[in-house]
Amino acid sequence: MITLTDVHKAFGPNHVLRGVNLEVPTGTSCVIIGGSGTGKSVLLKCVLGLVTPDSGTITVDDVPVQDGDRDAFLARFGMLFQGGALFDSLPVWQNVAFRLMRGALKRPKAEAREIAIEKLRRVGLSPDVAEKFPAELSGGMQKRVSLARAIAAEPEIIFFDEPTTGLDPIMSGVINDLIREIVTEMGATAMTITHDMTSVRAIADQVAMLHGGKIRWVGPVGQLDESGDAYVDQFIHGRPEGPIETLR
Amino acid sequence: MIGVLARLGAAVLGSLANIGRIAIFAGETVSHLARPPFYTREFLQALVQIGWLSLPVVGLTALFTGGALALQIYAGGARFNAEAVVPSIVAIGMVRELGPVLGGLMVAARVASSIAAEIGTMKVTEQIDALVTLSTNPMKYLTLPRVLAATLAVPVLVAVGDSIGILGGWIVGVTRLDFNSATYLRNTVDFLETWDVASGLVKGAVFGFLVALMGCYHGMQSGRGAQGVGRATKSAVVAASVLILAANYILTELFFSA
Repeated sequence: MITLTDVHKAFGPNHVLRGVNLEVPTGTSCVIIGGSGTGKSVLLKCVLGLVTPDSGTITVDDVPVQDGDRDAFLARFGMLFQGGALFDSLPVWQNVAFRLMRGALKRPKAEAREIAIEKLRRVGLSPDVAEKFPAELSGGMQKRVSLARAIAAEPEIIFFDEPTTGLDPIMSGVINDLIREIVTEMGATAMTITHDMTSVRAIADQVAMLHGGKIRWVGPVGQLDESGDAYVDQFIHGRPEGPIETLR
Repeated sequence: MIGVLARLGAAVLGSLANIGRIAIFAGETVSHLARPPFYTREFLQALVQIGWLSLPVVGLTALFTGGALALQIYAGGARFNAEAVVPSIVAIGMVRELGPVLGGLMVAARVASSIAAEIGTMKVTEQIDALVTLSTNPMKYLTLPRVLAATLAVPVLVAVGDSIGILGGWIVGVTRLDFNSATYLRNTVDFLETWDVASGLVKGAVFGFLVALMGCYHGMQSGRGAQGVGRATKSAVVAASVLILAANYILTELFFSA
């Protein structure tokens, strides 16, 4: 269980998170929605310890994220970054197998390569992509390589930051199915940020809307359309008129 | 008046804070030497990038500097009928001062900029964050291999630069200044002492450390976007160059002051 309690984070005068409270039960998929620049990515980075909250507590299985062995903690996580964040200097397969070639999960190079190619296949990429460098791939392909890297070591908890942005509808469907499969088959806990409502409905068990630095609404995906919250309604229907200002 | 003092105070405090941050960064980098894992592949790649690929620029700089030095010393020495000192002064000048300083500055221009740009780009594209989430310490994976490689490679570059600089002086001495080749070489060897060469190599190691450290530090501190990376690159080169010249003075005082 991932638990965030009264988490605050400001960057200078920009108070991004203003008391976030959220619980994500183990083995469930939570999708965070909200306007651009509302701090969704910052929220995920706070859980990972990439950004230190100004106040509040974040626990994973009741253990505060800043306590204990950092490597062991991070070994439980996989993360798909918004921009892919692939290492330019490494070929695709070494990006995917990065964790499998170093540290506690290190294994023989041939085995790591085999796993990388299998993960690439799972995200819809053929084995001949393996030897290419990230700069040789399209944005959508880079995103899928990044997804393959996030799931390569089969982590317990996976964060997806806009996994389908830049993908065509068919490939978005493939990725949505894959995320759903990871949660149901592997029993992983997933937190996903997306603006794609098709993805929300395909991926989520639970949906949380972040607005004004707080969780505005949280509930099962089945109740999303009947949330009774004007902010959620405006967001999920993409209406320019409503309580969410379009000038931000 | 108070406003001026406040601005001055803020600038001094800012500078001191910056020095402190760099010192902590340097200490943390060095501390990783004693803490595994050590990324050998990244170290060897950095050694090639910093050492091998800097050879042409350092060699050419030394060659022309040695030649120009021979011409200048010959012209200056002629005022005191001391033209014969050209080989020894070229040799001492190259190995003690010009070899390490010019080598260090050329490496600063080539390496500090490229390290800062590479790490800065990695920072703005979240690759550094990705490293952390993959249980890889960026200081171990990015900084230590580069700093260690530069600390080891620059003395070698200085040694090669010294030799090429002396060669440049010899070429000019023999072809333009009518020195006898064998006499020129004998004077060079006879007047050089081991400490002359060793002090230059120690300087090279210090300059290499500073160059890579500045590249890594400013890369890691890079602001957002292309402008942030550009600013980090510029700061890395400027800081590395100034630190090389300051360190050169301090080391010269330590090594050669009476």
